[in-house]
Amino acid sequence: MKHDKKKVEIKGASDMPDMPASLGSMASNKTASWRNLRPEIDESKCIKCFICWKFCPDAAIAFIDENTPPKINYDYCKGCGICAAECPKKCIEMVEE
Amino acid sequence: MEKVVLGNHAVSYGVLVSRVQTISAYPITPQTLIVERLSEMVADGELDAIFTKVESEHSALASAIGSSSVGARAFTATSSQGLALMHEMIHWASGARLPIVLANVNRAMAPGWNIWTDQNDSLSCRDTGWMQIYCQNNQEVLDSIIMGYKVSEQVLLPTMVCLDAFVLSHTAENVDIPEVKLVDKYLPPYKLEIKMDIDDPHSFGALSSPENYMEFRYKMQEAMDKAEDIIIKEGKEFEKIFGRKYGMVEEYRTEGAEIILVATATIASTAKASIDSLRAKGINIGLLRLRVFRPFPVKDVVRVLLNKKKAIVIDRNISYGKSGIFFDEIKGAFYNIEGDKPKIFGYIAGLGGRDVTPEAISDMVDDAMRKDKPEKDIIWSGVKL
Ligand code: SF4
Ligand code: SF4
Repeated sequence: MKHDKKKVEIKGASDMPDMPASLGSMASNKTASWRNLRPEIDESKCIKCFICWKFCPDAAIAFIDENTPPKINYDYCKGCGICAAECPKKCIEMVEE
Repeated sequence: MEKVVLGNHAVSYGVLVSRVQTISAYPITPQTLIVERLSEMVADGELDAIFTKVESEHSALASAIGSSSVGARAFTATSSQGLALMHEMIHWASGARLPIVLANVNRAMAPGWNIWTDQNDSLSCRDTGWMQIYCQNNQEVLDSIIMGYKVSEQVLLPTMVCLDAFVLSHTAENVDIPEVKLVDKYLPPYKLEIKMDIDDPHSFGALSSPENYMEFRYKMQEAMDKAEDIIIKEGKEFEKIFGRKYGMVEEYRTEGAEIILVATATIASTAKASIDSLRAKGINIGLLRLRVFRPFPVKDVVRVLLNKKKAIVIDRNISYGKSGIFFDEIKGAFYNIEGDKPKIFGYIAGLGGRDVTPEAISDMVDDAMRKDKPEKDIIWSGVKL
């Protein structure tokens, strides 16, 4: 069975794997639907320290390169606010969805 | 090669010839000799395996789960309190459908602190989805390790091979240790279809919602059903290569018998001597030894016991508030069956390693022969009041 980016449709036991393991990948399983506060980075104040990137428990902040502010992936960010709390410049604002 | 070995070392040799790739070891009496001998085999280069010393039994099985998940043939061993500490991981190994083989030396649960044989440790794992084998001698211990991997790797459920503390674990017997090359003919390398692989990533053990959890359980039961056929098939295959015969149960002098003694593990091997002397006295009695407890051998139990007058079940275990565990399962097997059912007598004997002698077995038979039917579900054998 190969890693599949598509969402896998399961009808019942006959097309499920024996072991409780995903057949597809998290690329198709977007998990951000429960977020009610959205972190927004004020790029003009960001010093590119990447502390937010290190702390995000869902790996929802992407590192692009050293000279670019990190980018939040809103398909997976759950809005926990850890990035905003850890940012030394306080340039991440949690905005109501 | 014939060798005189302890039951514990029979396990180690079984692991050696099965080309096990990872061993996670944590000592506990009376199991320690198993992993001790394996550590020597690995250190001497006899066995090409990773030997991991862990800090608890919980970690021992967690480590085996990890190695089995990446596709390695994994082994661990424990006993009694150690098995109890593993319990969370016991469910995990079967739920994750990993074909781990674990040797459990049957030892009584504390308190009172007791290192002698008793089946309440492994029988507490009854509802976990592990297959369980109860061995009667050291040869069967070794053979069951090899067959354990063969069956487990087909049905994707783990196997617990149980041997009685001291009566087997620390008793030396003649054992045929097959050549690894011969075992290779029987046991091919382990290949797992979905495994932890960085080139083909999957999420393992993630959230399983009410929409699909039940289907995973349905599939475990399907695998248990299939396991019965595979245990029988692989037992025959084993006989062709190694000349020794194993099935779900073993029958001894059951032909023409009106009374059947039902026992497990080493009580069953002692019982054979009792059967011989009772037969010599003209009593039509035979023995049914239950070798596999999960999957439960319902078909064999019904086939052998139906139309018999009496069944005398000896349990070296107890489900408090109910009865002996094998007794209860046997009774249950008959409920929906039509026909001439036997009167089933349930004796509790030998808890905490108390000797179950041929005389004690004859006393139980005498007692059951005197009665028309059992008055209660538990008849204590040899308890001092
Ligand atoms: S809010 Fe939480 S999940 Fe979202 S980017 Fe920040 S740390 Fe990650
Ligand atoms: S922690 Fe704040 S300053 Fe540092 S990279 Fe993230 S947003 Fe920019």
